[in-house]
Amino acid sequence: MEETLTLVVATLAATLRVATPLVLCAMGGLFSEKSGIIDVGLEGKMLMAAFFAAATASLTGSAWAGVGAAILAAEVLALLHGFACITHRGNQVVSGIAINILAMGLTVVLGAAWFGRGGQTPPLAGTERLNPIFFPIAGDNILVYVALLSVPFAWWVIDRTRFGLRLRAVGEVPLAVDAAGISVSWLRYRAVLLCGLFAGLAGAYLSIAQNAGFSRDMTAGQGFIALAAIIFGRWRPVPAFGACLAFGLLDAIAIRLQGVKLPGVGEVPVQLIQAMPYLLTLFLLAGFIGRTVAPKAAGVPYEKEH
Amino acid sequence: MSASRRPLPGWVEIGLLPLANIAMAFLVVGVIVEIIGVDPFHALKLLVLGAVGSSESIGYTLYYATNFIFTGLAVAVAFHAGLFNIGGEGQAYIGGLGCGLAVLALDGILPGLLMIPLAILASAVFGAAWAAIPAWMQAWRGSHIVITTIMFNFVASALMVYLMVNVLIAPGSMTPQSRGFAASAAVPSMQAALQWIGIVVAPSALNLSLLLALLACVGVWIFLWHTPWGYGLRTMGHNPEAALYAGTNLKRMTMLAMCLSGALAGGVAVNELLGVHHRLVLDFAAGYGFTGIAVALMGRGHPLGIVLAALLFGALQQGGAELNFEIPKITREMVVVIQGLVILFSGALVHLPRPWLQALFARKG
Repeated sequence: MEETLTLVVATLAATLRVATPLVLCAMGGLFSEKSGIIDVGLEGKMLMAAFFAAATASLTGSAWAGVGAAILAAEVLALLHGFACITHRGNQVVSGIAINILAMGLTVVLGAAWFGRGGQTPPLAGTERLNPIFFPIAGDNILVYVALLSVPFAWWVIDRTRFGLRLRAVGEVPLAVDAAGISVSWLRYRAVLLCGLFAGLAGAYLSIAQNAGFSRDMTAGQGFIALAAIIFGRWRPVPAFGACLAFGLLDAIAIRLQGVKLPGVGEVPVQLIQAMPYLLTLFLLAGFIGRTVAPKAAGVPYEKEH
Repeated sequence: MSASRRPLPGWVEIGLLPLANIAMAFLVVGVIVEIIGVDPFHALKLLVLGAVGSSESIGYTLYYATNFIFTGLAVAVAFHAGLFNIGGEGQAYIGGLGCGLAVLALDGILPGLLMIPLAILASAVFGAAWAAIPAWMQAWRGSHIVITTIMFNFVASALMVYLMVNVLIAPGSMTPQSRGFAASAAVPSMQAALQWIGIVVAPSALNLSLLLALLACVGVWIFLWHTPWGYGLRTMGHNPEAALYAGTNLKRMTMLAMCLSGALAGGVAVNELLGVHHRLVLDFAAGYGFTGIAVALMGRGHPLGIVLAALLFGALQQGGAELNFEIPKITREMVVVIQGLVILFSGALVHLPRPWLQALFARKG
């Protein structure tokens, strides 16, 4: 009995550990998508943030400097996305893809040039990392709590504030917002910057909290899983949080199931469980699990009429 | 808004604007190289020498370009239909599965003259099938093709790892790769083909798949601009309502565009598996699908532009490898950075230099 309990607790802790970057990323992405700016570049922002967090923490010895650098790096990419999509009305998907590829290359190029370890940063220890606060085994560093708080925060901002109301409006009918005399661009820029903030925190979590340093492509598709969680949660913070937890649980189970034979089923391929978030989202998108409702103006640049 | 969309002369629109986009991308690359602490002009010289300095390096440049032509065409065909196919990577990968299955099943029986066309067909069919699912989801279920094709890349990767590790691995092999293909399934290398007509070049990975890629360019050009289907496809891309009004079946056209796109992506498998590896391996398509986006954007969706862009990216890939050999500080990922910047400046920020060009060239009145 006690053994089962330990297993359950350990699995839940692992779930939370894996879900934290997903939650941060998904909440960030929500702000952007709600305002009508599709963000395929979450992955790239997170990767760039992870690199600069680890690089800065390693050079300064301070994890907090790392967090700051991570946010800064993600915000630069967020501004770039905004500049391309809001100011220049470029294709949002193309811009997001560009940011992903840019981050994939730049992190390795800069990492190799600065640290000479094939794209990795030096291993971090002690104050260079964000360490657990209450339970050393569970890995409950500060960003885990930030992630947990980001959900009510996103809900409150989007559902209960004037800014949130306008944000939702600009994602549905930007013309109405414009007609009310509110700047569509400035609203969307703020949404994109909020997105950068959370993606930056997610990146910092990966390289200086969950792991002890940056390694190439360490995001490994988590930005896209966060995107899937947003879709799964139908662009609502709490359901999206639930989707992140579910995907995190799948991952935790996948690690436990490696090489284990289940009675009646046999060995479940690890690859199947790893592909599960994507498969579930595809099923959802195909309309087998209810309908999805994206913000109407998502992906459409707004052209102000003179 | 009307002011900034004033028409530019044709040669500026299709000649100078793309060049300005690329120039901006490379300007940023130069700055990054400078930051790393290497003289950008020295790096450029080494890169060019590495890409076209010998017949061997030219061979490798063309071999990389072959892949980029296939994926560039794949992205472009879908783009003309108004569909953004990000799944070229997965489609090429699954195309390789089809190619591998066909060869592994039949290379003992069939002569090369039958085996190779069949393997090429299998690559195309599997690539098309992998694209058909998101196409169906888009056409009948209204799910966004960008999101679904991204997801399908990950699913393809997981599926291939599973199959390679558990099913297709050669007996007794430690690495996840299939048994070697029989000689009858090998696309001849360019070196061998040229030797046959009396021209001697250094051996490289370049093989006759390049001709297939060029053939595909001509085929795509004829299809898009000289057939009623191509016309319908492009109309759908410009204005779906007009296409619908003109009697185009949008659902079927979506399927056609995506299947064609997936089949073209499958060409990467021909170049890589039949031309170079001669066995089914993991991750042979890695990176080529995304580069295809850069190639298609830079080539403005036209086969001729795509060939030119593919040559540039082939040269970057090959020259980048040589550059890394000479200056270890500049890793091969610099090419990835360049791809990202090209997609940014030729895609998302394509209109950035427009006001300046307009100030210089815009027609009066």
